[in-house]
Amino acid sequence: MNQKNIRNFSIIAHIDHGKSTLADRIIEQTGLLTAREMSEQVLDNMDLERERGITIKAQTVRTVYQADDGEEYIFNLIDTPGHVDFNYEVSRSLAACDGSILVVDSTQGVEAQTLGNVYLALDHDLEIVPVINKIDLPSARPDEVAAEIEDVIGLDASEAPRISAKTGLNIHDVLEAIVNQLPPPDGDPEAPLKALIFDSLYDSYRGVIVFCRLMDGRVKRGTRIKMMATGAEFDVVEVGHFGPGQFIPCDELTAGEVGYLTASIKALRESRVGDTITEAARPAEEALPGYKEPQPMVYCGVYPAQSDKYPDLRDALEKLQLNDAALQYEPENSTALGFGFRCGFLGLLHLDIVTQRLEREYDLDLITTAPSVIYKVYKTDGTMIELTNPSNLPDPSEIEYMEEPMVKADVMLTKEFIGPIMTLCQERRGVYISTEFLDTNRVLLKYRLPLNEIIYDFFDALKSRSRGYASFDYELDGYDRSELIKLDILVNHETVDALSFIVFAPNAYERGSKMCEKLKKEIPRQLFDIPIQAAIGSKIIARETVRQVRKDVLAKCYGGDISRKKKLLEKQKEGKRKMREIGNVQIPKDAFLNVLKLDEE
Amino acid sequence: MKNNTLGLYLHIPFCVRKCAYCDFLSFPADEDVRRAYARALVREIRTAAQKRRDRQVDTIFIGGGTPTCLPADCLDTIMTAVTDAFDVLPGAEVTMEMNPGTDSEGLDRFIFRFINRLSLGLQSMKNEELKDLGRIHSREDFLKTFAHMRRLGVENINVDLMSALPGQSAADWEETLRLTAELQPEHISAYSLIVEEGTPFFTRYENGSLDLPDEDTERAMYRTTASLLAEAGYQRYEISNYAKPGFESRHNSRYWTGEDYLGLGLGASSLCDDTRWRNTTSLETYLDTSMHPESLMRDARVLTVRDRMEEFMFLGLRLTKGVSLEEFAERFGTSLRDIYGSLPDDMIAKGLMAEAEGRLFLTERGIDVSNRVMAEFLL
Repeated sequence: MNQKNIRNFSIIAHIDHGKSTLADRIIEQTGLLTAREMSEQVLDNMDLERERGITIKAQTVRTVYQADDGEEYIFNLIDTPGHVDFNYEVSRSLAACDGSILVVDSTQGVEAQTLGNVYLALDHDLEIVPVINKIDLPSARPDEVAAEIEDVIGLDASEAPRISAKTGLNIHDVLEAIVNQLPPPDGDPEAPLKALIFDSLYDSYRGVIVFCRLMDGRVKRGTRIKMMATGAEFDVVEVGHFGPGQFIPCDELTAGEVGYLTASIKALRESRVGDTITEAARPAEEALPGYKEPQPMVYCGVYPAQSDKYPDLRDALEKLQLNDAALQYEPENSTALGFGFRCGFLGLLHLDIVTQRLEREYDLDLITTAPSVIYKVYKTDGTMIELTNPSNLPDPSEIEYMEEPMVKADVMLTKEFIGPIMTLCQERRGVYISTEFLDTNRVLLKYRLPLNEIIYDFFDALKSRSRGYASFDYELDGYDRSELIKLDILVNHETVDALSFIVFAPNAYERGSKMCEKLKKEIPRQLFDIPIQAAIGSKIIARETVRQVRKDVLAKCYGGDISRKKKLLEKQKEGKRKMREIGNVQIPKDAFLNVLKLDEE
Repeated sequence: MKNNTLGLYLHIPFCVRKCAYCDFLSFPADEDVRRAYARALVREIRTAAQKRRDRQVDTIFIGGGTPTCLPADCLDTIMTAVTDAFDVLPGAEVTMEMNPGTDSEGLDRFIFRFINRLSLGLQSMKNEELKDLGRIHSREDFLKTFAHMRRLGVENINVDLMSALPGQSAADWEETLRLTAELQPEHISAYSLIVEEGTPFFTRYENGSLDLPDEDTERAMYRTTASLLAEAGYQRYEISNYAKPGFESRHNSRYWTGEDYLGLGLGASSLCDDTRWRNTTSLETYLDTSMHPESLMRDARVLTVRDRMEEFMFLGLRLTKGVSLEEFAERFGTSLRDIYGSLPDDMIAKGLMAEAEGRLFLTERGIDVSNRVMAEFLL
């Protein structure tokens, strides 16, 4: 295929603005798939994603479009994940494109992630075609939104297709805009091979399936390839294109094309997103820019709810890492929870997805402990440690000072919520940067915040305090020195290491009391009074008590009907099994995370 | 050690009307249905007995519902069938449940002939409480029936009482207890109300209009029951049962000690030869096929050794005297502590159980939270 008849593009949008629906319509109207074959939302094929309404694992589709000019065009639609945790993956997907379609919901307007994604696309010099979606809705205000796109983003939206992806209205305009406004790829098919890995997938039969964009050169079965960052070499077994929901093998991929290759690669670690594939015999001089090692931002302990399941958890993590290169883990030991793993995640959503996959796909019952960011602890002996597990904090006498990671956050909201959201940001130790009015009603609020203040429940709090109207995006912004201490929680006079966490010192008292209150609600009454205490070092700063059960007795045993009684006892025993016994006290496994949700009024 | 005696339970699933707290298998029915049921029960008795010719029946319990909802001639036919078909030992304990206000023609004669223990459903001595419970009788009705049965010569009477009723104060409950004890029945069962799903009480509970005493008041009532009845000459021998010496229910004791009992009638539960089952709860099926008792069996389960150990513990611990270590060893060929490890001693250390004279039993605190303790003994 001639390069000028190829369009490599992505669709970028704020969550729920209609990205997946538009992708479906494009696939449908380019005719490669009949309407009957269309399963709902072709691009989102993991259960988990569908439930959350977001795309986690980027996927890509090749379709063929017969344009109004009479020529046939190949569209490579490269899907991008829609969450801040996966910013790096988004940036690699965008690097594989030559252009982007920006979808903006005509009832909502420009949102925080719209901006974030646009900036990313501009970073990659992508041509952007704005599309105004959901114009079938009564609350649509396409003119205003078009103006907003021009004012806020600086894109000319006067010609932007006004569509309804849901009903299929004006999709044709989008297809023609892709042909006419997005550029074709360039690149030299005869130059040494240079292909960008923008995604990959683990298949238990074929090994890793590498998704790549060829910048230069060509690749086919038998080519010996080399990963430029890791240095690993493989023999290509198969190359091909992405049909909707299937892989279509072909003879060769050449410069400008998007496709996949397999090469008996055993683990995703060996084909990292962002790495450059070249030919071993005739390597490119330098790799494509922008490669980064996956960098976990959030750590937490992951333990089996029943301690004898530790080997199962280890096996599951091993398998999961095969298709989640960003997941990191290493064994750790907790006095309270026994053997488990300290796992590193890209963010809270990533954490959530991994633990859910472990529970669903590997049938494990897990306890996850408080997520922690990476603190830098500067010791009096001049060394520095990166702390990912609060219980490993050295004795205060050995600490010179500590630093915590910061983020720059963009919050986009309507003006009536400025007050409550500024209060929230200040409660979370945010430092105000600026307020920008995007129009008469919508505001972009910028704050600098410590990462540890936003990892638990900031997003939920933001949503609830703005009645769902505020949107949020952030990027890391270095480390700041901070006054931090470790808060310990004692249950029945024993320190539960899995509940220890690092807190900003002036907030310790309040956090401690809230944790105790919360834990009191989480721990069911038992056969004895259970004191719950918060402590800094040996000093108790807060206390609550879970009162003992006064009564749990079945007065009557019905006329010889024992089964009923036994069922009741079994239920009781089963309930106990769902708890973790820590120093004689039964603690429900969800309690370890639930105690951190502080913003619940 | 297995003795060859058997208890019989005969279920009569009829009542005048459902009480507000009741989720038993019982319902009102027309007289022709009730008579048809009696005939079906007789058919089951005859066939079931054929397989148990080697067993001596030592206790019989006619329960319900309200057995006296059946016409007396039906009851007569049923008991005649039992005594004809089974080898009933002389001196067997024969109990019938009865509610005040359900006397019928010929009932006195039936009781005189067959019954040596009556269980009267009183529940409360307060008419407001009786009304709220949906009982069909008043306190006066009960007093009349009680006196009448004494005159008839029934020397072993149980009275059923219920505590922790909606709106009930500690003083209300004491009054019911005192007035009952004054009558000096041989046996008193005192249950705390349990709000069961599907009952009118449950609906009220759900919408918040059931004003139940709190846990502490309920437990105080429970302690009052023991002390007040002790003064009146009754000993607690099971979590909810009190008797004058020698008048413990022999039939119910079978449930707690794992002795065999055969349940006859709709929905009746059985334990025989290490198998538990219950009869069908479909009246239609029962009426049609009761002559084939095997076809009525539902949820049959052959008890494993593990099941029997668990039952030995959680049923035996209901008894004040608890379980015997020696008996456990005799029955299962291994010691209780070999099976349960340190659990009994943990329980003792926590003050929930005690051990004396080779027996393990619940303490007062252990009784309060007995479900928790018993659940620990599931293997």
